[in-house]
Amino acid sequence: MSGTASAAEPNAGRAVRAAAWAVAHLGSIAGLLVGWELFARSGAVTMFMLPPFSAVAERIWAEAVDGNLWLNIGLTLYRAFVGFLLACAIGVGLGIAMARTRWARWFFDPIISVGFPMPKVVFLPVVILWLGVFDVSKITMVALEAVFPVVTATVLGIQGVGHELLWSARNMGAKDRELLWQVLLPAAFPQIMTGIQVALPIALIVAVFTEMAMGGFGLGGAMMQASRFADSRGVFAGIVEIAVVGYCVVKGLAIVRWRLLLWHQEAVAPSTV
Amino acid sequence: MRAALIRYSPLLILALAWQLTSQFELVSSTALPPLSEIGTAWLDLLTSGDLQKNAAPSLYRGGVGLMLAIAFGTVLGIAMAWWRPVNVALGPLVEAFYPMPKSALIPVTVLWLGFGDGSKILLILLGCMLPVTIGAYNGARSTEHLLVWSARSMGASRLRMVWDVVLPSALPDLLNGIRTALALAFILMVTSELIVAREGLGNLIGFLGANGSYAAMYAVVLTVAFLGFAADRIYQVFMQRALAWRETGIA
Repeated sequence: MSGTASAAEPNAGRAVRAAAWAVAHLGSIAGLLVGWELFARSGAVTMFMLPPFSAVAERIWAEAVDGNLWLNIGLTLYRAFVGFLLACAIGVGLGIAMARTRWARWFFDPIISVGFPMPKVVFLPVVILWLGVFDVSKITMVALEAVFPVVTATVLGIQGVGHELLWSARNMGAKDRELLWQVLLPAAFPQIMTGIQVALPIALIVAVFTEMAMGGFGLGGAMMQASRFADSRGVFAGIVEIAVVGYCVVKGLAIVRWRLLLWHQEAVAPSTV
Repeated sequence: MRAALIRYSPLLILALAWQLTSQFELVSSTALPPLSEIGTAWLDLLTSGDLQKNAAPSLYRGGVGLMLAIAFGTVLGIAMAWWRPVNVALGPLVEAFYPMPKSALIPVTVLWLGFGDGSKILLILLGCMLPVTIGAYNGARSTEHLLVWSARSMGASRLRMVWDVVLPSALPDLLNGIRTALALAFILMVTSELIVAREGLGNLIGFLGANGSYAAMYAVVLTVAFLGFAADRIYQVFMQRALAWRETGIA
């Protein structure tokens, strides 16, 4: 609604406005933390139910100093990323195959459309049965849950490429391989990237969950350990750590998208949350 | 009928391959019990009532949590789109917590509300609210100004306008957000029950697995997977109905 007003403003006004937004941004996060601290100290809840933020921050600092924090973050990110990258590779490959060849489409289409809405985490005991409780089964779970959005986005993206593009490329003598790498994939890339962006938070959710269910360090494992010993500071430290890691990773991928798609018209438009 | 058979024949082929590999012991039949055995185990669970007894609390938790998430999320999303101060105060928080892996909340909800229904409902509410919020927010923001101006000039009050103009135009995005939330609700329901619970489908799976009755475990796993699938399909039909008044169909 304010579009017309801001267009008329001079540049200085715009800069002030941007600064105000940044302050408001940080302000509401700071407000939350201060509110947390005051509420926890007010006596309305016990220290066990909600330890004050300062105590939690102290705990995180201690974990950072003795190195456990970095070990856990590293392990969780390793599991999430390996599974996520597998999901991307398999998902894009399978998506291309499904969009381009008839038999692959015939075979995989019902499997994907039935498998996508299923809660795949429920297969955890089966995966444990097959692969044990170590990294292999965690990574398998991550990949299993994260692959579906990538496949569907790839299929839709490639199918959505306009005929004019295909005909022109063919007309200019493009071979199948060239067509794929120089026309289809670049044209479908924004949509594929959206699928990949959906898959990343899922990969993190599943990585943390598998660590909680199977143990073996990592941010989720450490939280579960703390929870078993009724160590509520440890639990809240875990939440803050996981929230920060999740935020950084997801924002990082949004930046990657923006860099990769600089050539695309969407880069101008503001991204949604 | 025939078209459906051809379309879904790959699933039948997979089922057949499953049955044959375990029948001929190509893999150990503890790791992969034959489908026929799983079928009988499923019937046993059904006749003994274990399946229903555990499905009821699971679906209750999922349903209540999701309903609350839809109610809160919709109000929050529309408020953020229409009142600037709400957006300034809450926008950054939504943005910060959206990418947070929701399973991290499992231990905290247990800390607050114990092992029963309350902690699962709170977890599902917290986990599913943000996708709904963001759907409602994006939808409400994309309301055509022409519609808003017309409603205003015809003297609609602010609340009336939200109800009659903003909500219907936000509906497609909102319903998509709810679909994401529906899938998440199932995931959170099962994961929380697998990790800490005394009853529920997730708990039943963990219990059977720990006991080594793998055929029964597979039966429950497949049941939950099917429930998730069926819920999504039913929701899609509902979504198409709800959006039938639009000129362009949904994708």
